[in-house]
Amino acid sequence: MTPPTAEPGWARALLIGGAALLLGLFLLLPLAAVFTEALRRGWAPAWQALSDPDAVAAVRLTLLVAAIAVPVNTLGGLAAAWCIAKFRFSGRALLLALIDLPFSVSPVISGLVWVLLFGAHGWLGPWLQEHDIQIVFAVPGLVLATIFVTFPFIARTLIPLMQEQGRAAEEAAATLGASGWQTFRRVTLPEIRWALLSGVLLCNARAMGEFGAVSVVSGHIRGETNTMPLHVEILYNEYQFAGAFAVAALLALLALVTLGAKTLLERGGTPRSLAA
Amino acid sequence: MSIASPFRRRDALPGFGFSLGITLLWLSGIVLVPLLALLLRPLELGPLGFWHSVTEPRVLASLRLSFLGALAASAVNVPLGLLVAWVLVRYRFPGRRLLDGVVDLPFALPTAVAGLALTALYAPNGWLGAPLAALGVKVAYTPLGVALAMGFVGLPFVVRTVEPVLRDLPREAEEAASTLGATRVQTLWRVVLPALAPALLAGFAMASARAVGEYGSVIFIAGNMPMVSEIAPLLIVVRLEQFDYAGAAAVGLAMLALSFLLLLALNLANRLWRRA
Repeated sequence: MTPPTAEPGWARALLIGGAALLLGLFLLLPLAAVFTEALRRGWAPAWQALSDPDAVAAVRLTLLVAAIAVPVNTLGGLAAAWCIAKFRFSGRALLLALIDLPFSVSPVISGLVWVLLFGAHGWLGPWLQEHDIQIVFAVPGLVLATIFVTFPFIARTLIPLMQEQGRAAEEAAATLGASGWQTFRRVTLPEIRWALLSGVLLCNARAMGEFGAVSVVSGHIRGETNTMPLHVEILYNEYQFAGAFAVAALLALLALVTLGAKTLLERGGTPRSLAA
Repeated sequence: MSIASPFRRRDALPGFGFSLGITLLWLSGIVLVPLLALLLRPLELGPLGFWHSVTEPRVLASLRLSFLGALAASAVNVPLGLLVAWVLVRYRFPGRRLLDGVVDLPFALPTAVAGLALTALYAPNGWLGAPLAALGVKVAYTPLGVALAMGFVGLPFVVRTVEPVLRDLPREAEEAASTLGATRVQTLWRVVLPALAPALLAGFAMASARAVGEYGSVIFIAGNMPMVSEIAPLLIVVRLEQFDYAGAAAVGLAMLALSFLLLLALNLANRLWRRA
């Protein structure tokens, strides 16, 4: 007999089937469509699209931007997590809310703010032009927009975990004469390394896949300021569908690898506070 | 460091001033100063100019589409997200881990890739677009397509917000209800659902906030016809391309203000619900 706080078998099967159908049709099918479209004419055209010089330049630029943005946010995220999770001070809640701010802003706005500052008609635009410094429509703008968008990932992953761990272990280390750096490296870091890795992975995935923010600051100069997601758009708008989907498939693979790694890390015992 | 220690005694843990200093530098340099430009730039237009700029028919139409689309998509996502969260938390079945991973797909998939994939699927000759077209439903290049893409990016927010609350829900209440003679449906409707309502509302709010600003997933499937299927973030891009910085910032500011009001209203609703 069905226990009173469970659903009968048929209802259970219906609900599971419904959820599976929903996730399959709504979320999984688009992923399948990307790979199918990319390989519609076989591997050769897909490979050709990926080895095109503009595509290679886009991959290189994407890697470069992520290689700058992720370490910056890792450092900032670690610092923010240390002072927010281990200390009590006035303005702490406000600081926490401000760190979340980039999540609630449209990606387009995340790019727009940099144009308002550094664009030709921006606050600092004339000065930059005088000194021949290019930020918007160049690599620095792409980096800044990417840092803005991926800003909260690492801090948000670390803060709940470090708060939960408290500060007793660190206090003991400090009392026993460890320096601040030693305490962090020998006591705190081993405790948070998997969560940190997970946060870095998510930050990196978003940094490489960001579209709206970089699209505003990029200027779409082929071979120079085109990241992979922007290259996808250009190819698509030129009706080079096979090429667009081939580059998109590469980005989708990155997402799948990130998801897989994140699942593995969570199974390793870190709490799942990564969503949202 | 000149920042006063919050504790009367000297703190046993070092690094507060140092980490707070880095955090403030990182936060203000990347987030606060740029956002200040967004707040101040529309001032150039004057109050009346600002009002005219954001009440142009094309702007109003795009704001309406972005907000109504996001609200409609999130409203549909609430029951769907609840179904998925319920199945993942309450049932054990083969493939559960896979389904759990699929939920995070919209988080991980770069938005441009999602946009491309959805367009390929729901275009009149796509896997899902063709049968829908036969039924007389046009999805791609219509406001319905915009809402669909917004639903895609928002679903994980609902699932991941409801899941932990559902997991921690005490079973005793359900047992008590059934002992007192309630049917399973009555128990779910009168006991479980009200307990989940705040989480559902929070998920709805997060999904809406994300969907309002969404750009990459939407612009490919939207068709971007002014007054019909043009979203507000795209209008920012259009104005930037015309070097109308103040006008672009005005649209951005209007979006932020409306999002803020929306979240405030939902927060208030949540509070009233908790008090009742």
